[in-house]
Amino acid sequence: MSEPKKKKTIKRIIIDVDKCNGCQGCEVICSAFHATPQYSSNNPERSRIRVIRDPLADIYIPVYAGEYTAAECAGRDKYMIDGKEYEECAFCRASCPSRDAFKEPDSGLPLKCDMCESDPTLDEPMCVQWCLAGALVFDVREEEVEEEEQEPEELDLGIEALANRHGWETVLAAVSRLSKKDD
Amino acid sequence: MRYAETGFNLEIDLTRGNIERVATDPELTKLHLGGLGTNAKLFWDRVGPEVSHFDPENLLIFGTGLLVGTPAPSSNRTVVSSISPQTRLFAFSIMGGFFGPELKRAGYDKIILRGKSEKMVYLWIHDGKVELRDGEHLRGLGSLETAEAVRMELEEPNAAVSSIGLAGENRVFFASIEQGRSSASRLGLGAVMGDKNVKAIAVRGTKDIQISDPMAFMKLCNESLHYIKEREKNPVKGVMPILAGLGSPQEMAVDDEKWHTENFMWGNARTRRKGFWTEDIAEQWSHTMHTMRTRLLSCYNCPMKCGAAISVDSRLCSYMMKCFSKLTYTMGAFADLDFGLRIAQKATEHGVDAFSAPQTMAFAIELLEDGILPASEFPGMPEDSEGRFYWLLDKIVRREGIGDVLADGTHWAAERIGNGAQAYAHNNIKKTEQLPLKLGMLNHMYFLMYSTGEKVNITQIEGNFPQAPFMTREENEEFTKDWPHVPDDRFKRWFEDWELRGENSIPNYPHTEAACEIVNWQEQMHYIDDSIGLCAGLSSFPLKPPFHIHNIPTLISAGAGLEMDEETLKFVTRRNRDLVRANNIRRGMRREDEKPPEDHWKRRFPELEEQLLTDYYLFKGWNEDGIPTEESLRELGLDYVAEEFLETGILKAGGAAAAATGGAS
Ligand code: SF4
Ligand code: SF4
Ligand code: SF4
Repeated sequence: MSEPKKKKTIKRIIIDVDKCNGCQGCEVICSAFHATPQYSSNNPERSRIRVIRDPLADIYIPVYAGEYTAAECAGRDKYMIDGKEYEECAFCRASCPSRDAFKEPDSGLPLKCDMCESDPTLDEPMCVQWCLAGALVFDVREEEVEEEEQEPEELDLGIEALANRHGWETVLAAVSRLSKKDD
Repeated sequence: MRYAETGFNLEIDLTRGNIERVATDPELTKLHLGGLGTNAKLFWDRVGPEVSHFDPENLLIFGTGLLVGTPAPSSNRTVVSSISPQTRLFAFSIMGGFFGPELKRAGYDKIILRGKSEKMVYLWIHDGKVELRDGEHLRGLGSLETAEAVRMELEEPNAAVSSIGLAGENRVFFASIEQGRSSASRLGLGAVMGDKNVKAIAVRGTKDIQISDPMAFMKLCNESLHYIKEREKNPVKGVMPILAGLGSPQEMAVDDEKWHTENFMWGNARTRRKGFWTEDIAEQWSHTMHTMRTRLLSCYNCPMKCGAAISVDSRLCSYMMKCFSKLTYTMGAFADLDFGLRIAQKATEHGVDAFSAPQTMAFAIELLEDGILPASEFPGMPEDSEGRFYWLLDKIVRREGIGDVLADGTHWAAERIGNGAQAYAHNNIKKTEQLPLKLGMLNHMYFLMYSTGEKVNITQIEGNFPQAPFMTREENEEFTKDWPHVPDDRFKRWFEDWELRGENSIPNYPHTEAACEIVNWQEQMHYIDDSIGLCAGLSSFPLKPPFHIHNIPTLISAGAGLEMDEETLKFVTRRNRDLVRANNIRRGMRREDEKPPEDHWKRRFPELEEQLLTDYYLFKGWNEDGIPTEESLRELGLDYVAEEFLETGILKAGGAAAAATGGAS
């Protein structure tokens, strides 16, 4: 193994679902940031982060818009985590025909999180800045990667607080499988 | 183009089942902003003094504040207005949560309900599509059960729902309108909704909310968030923890209840229990909090977390609670916290106000114990205190037996019971139950606030000025060092000179002029919030909040595109304040109605109090009877109010009475 190593910046947003309380602040600011002209309007429907909220089931899951998928999944699984029952879709990042999330309300075109790309670059993405609850944490790392390795700058949908709990690996595996489906 | 607001109201005639989308006059926004201001204007124009609470002509308005739904943190308030069955006056009760922003995004600033539906219905608003749907099958369901049923039926998990429980259906005078994370609890507006046969309002909105000057607006929003972060790290020193931070009192976050349980009154607001808070109790109550509170919760777009999900059954969230409702049932029943959180779940489903309901039940127990009500009125009631509260709650919300009388609240129930029962309805202002607080020495500023506040709730008028001075002048000065919130520097001097004891202490200091200014400033901030829809928790209620009289004008001008500066905002706020008062003066409210509960303070000063009230009235531009003078009404552009008052003899031409006595000393 003597191939040249290359440094690469990995940007991640770590989501701590235990800290989220569904205030929608991230949705407000994401949609305002991406409005034209910038901040001239806001509408959570246009946000690239959506919070799956089901207050009476105590479910609050921020999900970032990922890839577009042309067809919805054939079967839907349910997950039991900590005694709570989650629809598989709750963790899914796809802009998918089965739901309204991650589509421009007018055109229906898919939305995708761009990590608030802008010039100059922001210190932290807007949703992270606005989540004072600490459910969204920005993390930048330099990593050495094999040259030919194409690390996609993907958000990490690791849900820290639940990560250590038994069975969560299964969920993570399923989520990443889902998000790559039908690329 | 309208900014921040939508420029449309929904007019719903329930009697005829008619629904109209009506464009509003932008001039009214300039004159009254929105929320409470424009609600008060609609009432003045459309609900005369002859209309009583359960008449079809009474309106029930859900009015969003002008900035609701914008990115300004906590701009999520909906002001619900109607004629209250309790006070018989123009009422406003304010809810946070998620309803207001959803309504705005659906394209409406207000929902105006009039008339009465023959059958039980619910209203479904989905952007441009608005319909009254059959709600007979929802009859008898709890408020949260109703919300869930409606969301399922509509297949709209993200709809925001305001609903009533059994109490509203049965027109309990202290019935609330519940919204999950928040509620409009005070003054019985749930009873008006029930009387109109509206079980719920569900809203889903997917449109944009526009901002006039995005960069200026966002700069302020970002600054406020930054300020909140810093302010949370640096609580105000030397005051009780619940007064040190931002938001509404952080009752859901704290375990230590020594201060409330030993200083506030138990039962029917009578019994102080010094030494109650032992180590055992502390441990037991902490355990309750830690097992039953599953998550702290914010309202829409707010970084504070004043609410909590409470679990009383197998679910992780059985209902959502906030603020002092944590203790009202516990203390009313002389019980423990576990009981308080459990019965509050039932009370929330039934939809009752958490101040009035436990107070009314404790009042009933006292009447029984003192033989004013015979035991035969309580057939089958359990012996233990907790059992009795569950029994009474059930009777009240169903209006069964004695419950039918108690459902009218302590004031009206006492009238019906007679036999000396009136003396037991002792903790009321304007016929409405209050926090169970009884104190020693009169605080003259609180005297004015209790007497003249038309929200009929002390927390809706107090706020930005500390409740008491610190032990030393040095600490006072330390506090005023970073206090840009005050309208001007005189307020700092008044606070610095204020002493706990001695010459410069209550009830003589702050002297009259200062006291009037201080009370006026605090009330003004609440009226601003209630018109633009900011939560009091980030503005008028806590010490040193992110929003204040010096930055809110920019928030309004940049957000809504109105020309606004401090003077204009104060002027508009005076106009709104006087229009609220005008609605009530027209309904017969007078000076004799403006007083705190008789026993609120042990040491009273009748002469001083009368003089203070007069001085404050004059300061406000009202005459000695508390009626806005012709001159001041005309100055505020409320000529139409002046003319009606002159025509009906409420005011005499020339306003001689007002000028007779001297102004503030
Ligand atoms: S801002 Fe944070 S707490 Fe609020 S909904 Fe988004 S992720 Fe959750
Ligand atoms: S990182 Fe930026 S684009 Fe992505 S969801 Fe957050 S605010 Fe939106
Ligand atoms: S301060 Fe508290 S009550 Fe007010 S909007 Fe924020 S979370 Fe809600």
